[in-house]
Amino acid sequence: MAIVEFLGPIERENMEVDIKNLKELKDIFADDKKLQEWLEISAVALNDTLVTSLDVDVNPTDKISILPPVCGG
Amino acid sequence: MLELYQGSLKVEDILSRWYKKYRDKNYGAFISFVGIVREEDSIDGLSFDIYEPILNKWFQEWQEEAKKRGAVVLMAHARGDVYIHESSYISAVLSPKRKVALKLIDEFVEGFKANAPIWKYDLLQGKRVYAKERSLKLPNSGILSNL
Repeated sequence: MAIVEFLGPIERENMEVDIKNLKELKDIFADDKKLQEWLEISAVALNDTLVTSLDVDVNPTDKISILPPVCGG
Repeated sequence: MLELYQGSLKVEDILSRWYKKYRDKNYGAFISFVGIVREEDSIDGLSFDIYEPILNKWFQEWQEEAKKRGAVVLMAHARGDVYIHESSYISAVLSPKRKVALKLIDEFVEGFKANAPIWKYDLLQGKRVYAKERSLKLPNSGILSNL
């Protein structure tokens, strides 16, 4: 199963998901109101590359990262 | 060269080492930017989380861009807690001519602020408080949201 990791201040444990694409991940998160507040402002990476749409296939060995707004320096 | 440290940066050591490494490589300009934690809003300091895999890719792209211009970019950043008047961030550019370095350091620091996967927290009375209002959304944020 693919792994979802929540980075920085989201402070959630990693989760495993059985999905074929990122649209299915959106459906899984649809009813999680607290997470939705983060998703609204977060970017998404698949295997450490930021994605530009949800029209992306996901394989069982993939890693999906949720990245909230950043502020280095 | 990208260097990550636990806690505050030893600025004099890092800059001195970089200078010694490059001073005989025929770069005419060495420009550095050092970020120092300011005393404001009753904070004790700042704290940082870093996601290294994407940071490494991001930095690699800047190295390639610098190389195209005959330049080199260097960066050091802290993870964890950095207190007031300590330093969390150094970036530097070396290039044969000053104008290339001056332009590139500005672009590099601005690009860093907008895209480097680093999260900042204020240290307030022993707690880490995410600096949400000062943070910037990455490109294509919100695509997983239903809101």
